[in-house]
Amino acid sequence: MPKIKLAEKTIEVIREICAKFNNEEGELINVLHGVQDQLGYLPAEVQEVIANELNMSVAKVYGVVTFYSFFSMIPQGEHPISICMGTACYVRGSEQVLTEFKRQLKIEVGQTTADGRFSINCLRCVGACGLAPVVLVGDRVYGRVSPQQVNKIISEYQEGCPAEETKTV
Amino acid sequence: MADYNMHLLVCGGTGCKASQSELIKMNLKNQLTELGLEEDIQVIHTGCFGFCEKGPIVKIQPDNTFYVSVTPEDTKEIIEEHIVKGRKVERLLYKDPSTKTSIIESKNMDFYKKQVRIALRNCGFINPDNIEEYVANDGYEALAKCLGEMTPEETTKLIIDSGLRGRGGGGFPTGLKWDITRKVEGDQKYVVCNADEGDPGAFMDRSILEGDPHTVIEAMAICGYCIGADKGLVYIRAEYPLAIERLKTAIGQAQEYGLLGEGILGTDFNFDIELRYGAGAFVCGEETALIHSMEGLRGEPTFKPPFPSVSGYLGKPTNVNNVETFANIPPIINKGAEWFGSIGTENSKGTKVFALAGKINNVGLIEVPMGTTLREVVYDIGGGIKDGKEFKAVQTGGPSGGCLTKDFLDTPIEYDSLIAAGSMMGSGGMIVMDEDDCMVAIAKFYLEFTLDESCGKCTPCRIGNKRLYEILDKITEGKGEPEDLDRLRALSDVVKDTSLCGLGQSSPNPILSTIENFFGEYESHVTIQKCPAGQCKSLLQYIIEDEKCTGCTLCFRHCPVGAISGEKRSPHFIDQSLCIKCGVCYQKCKFDAIKIA
Repeated sequence: MPKIKLAEKTIEVIREICAKFNNEEGELINVLHGVQDQLGYLPAEVQEVIANELNMSVAKVYGVVTFYSFFSMIPQGEHPISICMGTACYVRGSEQVLTEFKRQLKIEVGQTTADGRFSINCLRCVGACGLAPVVLVGDRVYGRVSPQQVNKIISEYQEGCPAEETKTV
Repeated sequence: MADYNMHLLVCGGTGCKASQSELIKMNLKNQLTELGLEEDIQVIHTGCFGFCEKGPIVKIQPDNTFYVSVTPEDTKEIIEEHIVKGRKVERLLYKDPSTKTSIIESKNMDFYKKQVRIALRNCGFINPDNIEEYVANDGYEALAKCLGEMTPEETTKLIIDSGLRGRGGGGFPTGLKWDITRKVEGDQKYVVCNADEGDPGAFMDRSILEGDPHTVIEAMAICGYCIGADKGLVYIRAEYPLAIERLKTAIGQAQEYGLLGEGILGTDFNFDIELRYGAGAFVCGEETALIHSMEGLRGEPTFKPPFPSVSGYLGKPTNVNNVETFANIPPIINKGAEWFGSIGTENSKGTKVFALAGKINNVGLIEVPMGTTLREVVYDIGGGIKDGKEFKAVQTGGPSGGCLTKDFLDTPIEYDSLIAAGSMMGSGGMIVMDEDDCMVAIAKFYLEFTLDESCGKCTPCRIGNKRLYEILDKITEGKGEPEDLDRLRALSDVVKDTSLCGLGQSSPNPILSTIENFFGEYESHVTIQKCPAGQCKSLLQYIIEDEKCTGCTLCFRHCPVGAISGEKRSPHFIDQSLCIKCGVCYQKCKFDAIKIA
């Protein structure tokens, strides 16, 4: 992975988050949540700053980051696509939906398209099993998705975001 | 609540929110305001009603009309017809699938008839963001009763007598756990609520937190009183933003009302609650792993003993219970151990919440008395199998459980009977499968999950599960051999016997139970290289039968990869080298002309 240089401002943001948790080692997971919330992902350079602030080894920070699936070391696409692979969605065909997303976007799970627009991830149960299979694009939930609808969903985002639904009667 | 004549309850659970229930609520509010009725009629969002299949749900009180599958466009009709003219909107009422008649009240629907709601008693009834509605429904009465009239010993004894067992999967007697932690000496103790629901396909804990957060807060305070802890921690998945938000609001309100903090209800009992966030690791449902995660470490389990009751969070005595377990506590205190013991069976008291999903007509969240049979759940409550297909299996216990065949349909649901049948209660996921589901593929699906979630600390789980997965993969790819079945069994036993924690000790269960109950299906994969369910793609081909094909071009038009060719009104042909076996043609064909070979 190419080394990136963090801007002073970014380092300041990380430091502030660490300070909010009193630079305590035991608060590492909360710190990581806070930082990922701000920066979108946790590359090695960011982990170094955190390790420094909390006075612990980078290896320990890395160990925790890679342990939990919620933390990511690569940037997400502009429109992160998450396919639910919980059992309810699986038996209702989420695997075929996933295959179709991978085929159309030409990326694998955990990757981002070259133009940075889309990334694909799997998640385990969003708790909307009544709508299985479920796909999330950003925060938007698509229910009862079939492989045939994949193209339509992607094209909704090809030209910017879909019109926000503000329809009132 | 008394100031309004009417309440419109809109489901604010995750499933319904995903189907625009927020917009439905907004529309209803705006339209009431336009009519100048906002002072008389209140619109509130509640927790999950449970009937997710028919969401979004809008319930009108006091007449209890239950509208299903409501869209934002329907709100106008509800207001104009129901509210203004007093006429029910017929088309939005639930239709009984067998009699085709409309049912107005939910209590008359088959889905609800056999349910008994204890843990979910407030979900779908109260506004989770309003502590007063909780209080109006006996909220915090149990806490007041404990602090005012009962000693910690008496309260603990009441929980022991009730026979409540842990609802997170293990089934350990809750009262006993409290009693052990209570008797351990310690200057500081902790109450932990395990809200790290990780079983894919189970969402009851989230629904309780979203629909009735105060019940968990109240129960944790009672637990703190019993064991002598003044600090509670909720370990909750970061993937549950709505539950986190509602819990935070509820904690804030409880603090404001003096139900959390120092000197609760004028006594010298102090108790407060903080949140700790999980970050997506299934193994953190295991107590010791959960505690390590709360300490900011990798969520790896450690050997027990010492149990958390003796040495838990930061080395202090810690009592860990799951959300659903806690949700049972206040009603037990209010109504007594005898009442609770009268529900359920000899060794499994009370009720259990299940997330009913998969190939079933009524997907949703249900709560039934222990001892209810699987048949009642699948057919009476669940409304049978989707699209009139054949029932094949029901999976309980998630990645640690097993698949039960139709021979077990009359098995009562209890901790011990499910284990005897080769599965387990688990946290309450219940996935129904039909004739199209391949049991080898299901076992592989669960193993893939375990593989992903194994923390890697102990060898049997880290490497053993990997090898098991590889064998299953080989079988589904059509490269299996009969000896593989013996290998699966032998290795499964080793992984079960030698893994460190519950994750590895139970991970081979999906394999063992499917081999046991569906041996023929495995056999067919490894001997004649056929998948009877037609799900394993490497083992099947889609072929068009010339005699049946009318050349309607439907398959041609729907094929996503252009593998189908043919002239109009003459038989079509599938190019096997291009076919990705997505099965769309098979689903679309109206003439039954496509067969799986």
